[in-house]
Amino acid sequence: MTVNGILQIAIYLIVLLLLVKPLGGYMARVYQGERTALGRALGPIERLTYRLIGVNPEQEMGWKTYAVAVLVFSVFGMLFLYALQRLQGILPLNPEGLGDVSADSALNTAISFVSNTNWQGYGGETTMSYLTQMLGMTVQNFASAAAGMAILIAFIRGLVRHSTSTVGNFWVDLTRSVLYILLPLALVVAVMLVGLGVVQSFSPYQTATLVQPTVDATGNQVTEQTLAIGPAASQIAIKQLGTNGGGFFNTNSAHPFENPTPLTNFLEMLSILLIPAALCYTFGKMVNDTRQGWALLAAMLIMLVVFGVAAYAAEGAGNPRLTALGIDQAATNLLPGGNMEGKELRFGIPNSALWATITTAASNGSVNSMHDSFTPLGGLVPLVMMQFGEVVFGGVGSGLYGMLAFVIVAVFVAGLMVGRTPEYLGKKIESYEIKMAALLILIMPVTVLGLTALAVVTGPGKASVFNPGPHGFSEVLYGFTSMGNNNGSAFTGLGANTPFYNLFGALAMLIARFWLIVPTLALAGSLVRKKRVPTTAGTLPTHTPLFIGWLIVIVLIVGALNFLPALALGPIVEHLGL
Amino acid sequence: MMQRAVADSFRKLNPRWMVRNPVMFVVEVGSLLTTALWIQALLGPGEAPAGFIGTVSLWLWFTVLFANFSEALAEGRGKAQAEALRRTRKETQARKLRQPHRDAAFDMVLSSALHQGDVFLVEGGDTIPADGEVIQGIASVDESAVTGESAPVIRESGGDRSAVTGGTRLLSDWLIIRVTANPGEGFLDRMISLIEGAKRQKTPNEIALNILLAAFTIIFLVVCMTLLPYSIYAVEAAGQGTPVTITVLIALLVCLIPTTIGGLLSAIGIAGMDRMIQRNVIAMSGRAVEAAGDVDVLLLDKTGTITLGNRQAVEFVPVRSVDVRDLAEAAQLASLADETPEGRSIVVLAKEQFGLRGRTVGAGDDMHDGMHFVPFTAQTRISGVDLNGTSIRKGAPDTMTALIQNAGNVIPPELRTSVDAIARTGGTPLVVTRNGAALGVIHLKDIVKGGINERFAHLRKMGIKTVMITGDNPLTAAAIAAEAGVDDFLAQATPEAKLKLIREYQAGGRLVAMTGDGTNDAPALAQADVAVAMNTGTQPAREAANMIDLDSNPTKLIEIVEIGKQLLMTRGSLTTFSISNDVAKYFAIIPAAFVSVYPALGALNFMHLATPQSAILSAVIFNALVIIALIPLALRGVPYRAVGAAQLLRDNLLIYGFGGLIAPFIGIKVIDMILVALNLA
Repeated sequence: MTVNGILQIAIYLIVLLLLVKPLGGYMARVYQGERTALGRALGPIERLTYRLIGVNPEQEMGWKTYAVAVLVFSVFGMLFLYALQRLQGILPLNPEGLGDVSADSALNTAISFVSNTNWQGYGGETTMSYLTQMLGMTVQNFASAAAGMAILIAFIRGLVRHSTSTVGNFWVDLTRSVLYILLPLALVVAVMLVGLGVVQSFSPYQTATLVQPTVDATGNQVTEQTLAIGPAASQIAIKQLGTNGGGFFNTNSAHPFENPTPLTNFLEMLSILLIPAALCYTFGKMVNDTRQGWALLAAMLIMLVVFGVAAYAAEGAGNPRLTALGIDQAATNLLPGGNMEGKELRFGIPNSALWATITTAASNGSVNSMHDSFTPLGGLVPLVMMQFGEVVFGGVGSGLYGMLAFVIVAVFVAGLMVGRTPEYLGKKIESYEIKMAALLILIMPVTVLGLTALAVVTGPGKASVFNPGPHGFSEVLYGFTSMGNNNGSAFTGLGANTPFYNLFGALAMLIARFWLIVPTLALAGSLVRKKRVPTTAGTLPTHTPLFIGWLIVIVLIVGALNFLPALALGPIVEHLGL
Repeated sequence: MMQRAVADSFRKLNPRWMVRNPVMFVVEVGSLLTTALWIQALLGPGEAPAGFIGTVSLWLWFTVLFANFSEALAEGRGKAQAEALRRTRKETQARKLRQPHRDAAFDMVLSSALHQGDVFLVEGGDTIPADGEVIQGIASVDESAVTGESAPVIRESGGDRSAVTGGTRLLSDWLIIRVTANPGEGFLDRMISLIEGAKRQKTPNEIALNILLAAFTIIFLVVCMTLLPYSIYAVEAAGQGTPVTITVLIALLVCLIPTTIGGLLSAIGIAGMDRMIQRNVIAMSGRAVEAAGDVDVLLLDKTGTITLGNRQAVEFVPVRSVDVRDLAEAAQLASLADETPEGRSIVVLAKEQFGLRGRTVGAGDDMHDGMHFVPFTAQTRISGVDLNGTSIRKGAPDTMTALIQNAGNVIPPELRTSVDAIARTGGTPLVVTRNGAALGVIHLKDIVKGGINERFAHLRKMGIKTVMITGDNPLTAAAIAAEAGVDDFLAQATPEAKLKLIREYQAGGRLVAMTGDGTNDAPALAQADVAVAMNTGTQPAREAANMIDLDSNPTKLIEIVEIGKQLLMTRGSLTTFSISNDVAKYFAIIPAAFVSVYPALGALNFMHLATPQSAILSAVIFNALVIIALIPLALRGVPYRAVGAAQLLRDNLLIYGFGGLIAPFIGIKVIDMILVALNLA
């Protein structure tokens, strides 16, 4: 680790934290229907949208109606995206004449983007036409993110309102998320990215003559290179802001046209955590106790910093095998030092390790370095960040409601320990809430562990593992962890574009998103009916450092108990064997 | 008791019983599986040495048995008590009256043939055959069979002392009683079944906790099940070692699932009820005990709870022209025949302050020599004495002013000042006159019980608001409330006002507890979340309540709240302990299970457990023994201290969370060392 590296991480965190309050407060005003500057300008568009889709914005929904609306909306998105990929050969805006996408890959991709996972079994520039990228991927980047935010807002209403049965109107929450939050932010970030050199063009791919000709695998002379371009910046802005992470190009944010400079790197990293972090403040604002929001943000931030620094330390220390050979891996003014395999020189170790941590902490999944090439411990960090259940920031909306499920469990056990029926923000936590919270916590490890087990004992599963041994096991575990948590980042090294991984991955992504949405909304529906219990000295405070620590411990312990045996057979034994 | 508990723990192995507790049911299934694997290993090539499988299996059975034992032990205490009660519940003869009066004809019937609405007669020496309400007569009753209190109590028709309990014994006189409970549904029957736990239903928090524990169990089931394919893959990839055995996976599973809390959960619940019984409180349901821990508001009757039952004279305040000694003497004379505690206290005060001995009376016959006592009546609200033509009167200020004015005297202004001053401080002024002229005022004061102030301060720290209920006027009530340190008061309380107050608190999301004994308390008792009826109370009050205090001590509400809190705290703390134990067990079992495939994993065995077998065995043994070790805590409960929630959490986290993390590392290492020393590893 270098002072410079630590400073870069510190500056990133400071800038992020400075933006939390203004954006979070703005979002709270948007969702509560209060006056905002943008509201005056975009109000007519909002009202027009409701008229076009035939929605009465005053119509409140119970949790079941809300859940049905989410599911209907998602199924339509899925069908549309599937059809778009399958028909792209005959559709316009396809200058490279790319063919239709195969059925299993198209299905996987459709589910992947609608579930805010953005796992990519395909390579963008060689598979998807400009039309598919813009009308399919980019639209779903907005839609899936907005759906996640809407569900969070419904959940918060469950905590705020009392003795009633409705949690809001999905179409209103969705429209407001897109119109007032995602679109304006994406516009700003996209323009900044274009200004900093990210590609935005409808032109066909360009050809460049190589300055230094080379030979390909079959020995033929190669003198020209095709440079893939396209309308990338507009998609990248929302891919980061909406914690989607699906790259325009195959190598994602490591690609120089997606992420050309350290400055774009900084901006993109900021975009990844911006909304999830600010939503904590929105939460606090909406429950009328900003301390509650800061407490959750603090819990997330502490875990992020600890694991981020661990990843940086592991990567910065380099490969012990090389050290044993007497190879100098120390960082100097001229050399980055450490483990630079799979990392871009323009980002170096701190920005690669930090990106790997935040992209997996948030369920973003875009990468600017290859996690497969990290040291075992460095690679362990992104893996466990996902295995905590995507609650350390997590996806926009989904991360916070996932964290709130942990809060409910933490409050329950802690509440018992102080001798009272547990309550959170004045709502009693009873058996129904525990049932739903337990489901929310249970589904993920069961999916991930089960599908990993299936993959390592079946022929088609093992056929894609190119690195047998603990590392290959890590790759499979990482793949299903990523899909089973709607993260979408790839460890790489695993041949994942096969019917086996496409189909079972699709299953994991569906479960992770939609099986969790239903209990989350059911929880909101149950909480909203409850009376609010007044706070007394016997009430467990949920904003104190003690509670923050307890919440972290619950998240860590549940994560560790779920995955420690699997991790022992993957990255841990790999590290011990070094 | 121990022997029976041991026998019961085997009886409870019945899967139909075990399935009620998902965590321990999984352990039982695991024990059965390992037993099968052990038999297989005995008969032919097993998956591991038969000795190892057999030992693991044995300790898994112990785990189940220990859990059953804890439950049986908790039940045992109640059972012994129930049996004692049942002995008093023997069949007796009853005189069933044809008409409800003393001399009516009667039939001799068995007590079990008495039904609701029947009327029967009991006489001195009889055992009362059924629960009922006295409709005629007054008698002293020995209720020690129910309350354990040997002093007899008075039962009479009408009023708040009309309820009798079947199984108690009449000592003298006679009573005519109307039966209020059918055979088998009486108070004693209900008590027996409650104590035995036969009708024990899971409480809301227990259900929620069970769900959480079941969720953990499912997760660990998946974790362990998927370890088999993982290890098969690892063996293929590494080209060495053997896949993990079913025995080891079952051992790991049992160690990971929360057996400590799962095994002790039902014992904790039973013990909570039992602690109530030990304090002579019968809770009608576990739900009520649990609700007691959640109480936000305590409604406390002033008299008997906050103040000593009676007011006492503390001061004589004369008007200007009168000597204080003169006033004291007059007051004493007026009170000599007054048998009320207030009257007694006036006599005592005069004696203590001025050495007055009531010299003109006491010598028995003097009383008739022109000394004539005027008793207090509800109409006049005045009492006093006529002595040799002098008439001394005392009474409440409003009636006494009328008396003074009627006698043609003026009311001295300083009299009004003293009366108001006394009322303002919460005292009761009594005006004394001689021959219609004002002498002064006696200051009667409610005496707040010693130490009650601190108790309320404690309750405040626990987050519980105390509300004093009194029939006094608001001025007096406010003064006493301030002195006792309650948070609020309800003055001039009527049953309607009480009910309304409870409803208001509940509408605000608060849980209300109250005590009561009279029939007019019944609606409020039925409305309150935790309602404690005094055993001396009326039948309607006892039926409306969800707890009955056999000692009839209103302050006990505070203890009841503490027991409720203890119950929840014990569950929460042991859950935390159980889950944090798992970390150490991972470090014992994971390296042991996979070291043959990946020798590098031996580095995780930093406890340096001797062999893979000894490591697994130590973890399993620790897991079983910790249940036994914690039985006393489960039965006794985690001690509750009246400090804020944040501090309680910090303390309990430190003890049960951090302790739970550390303890198994030490325990497993010690057991491993013993196994090595015994050459068992």
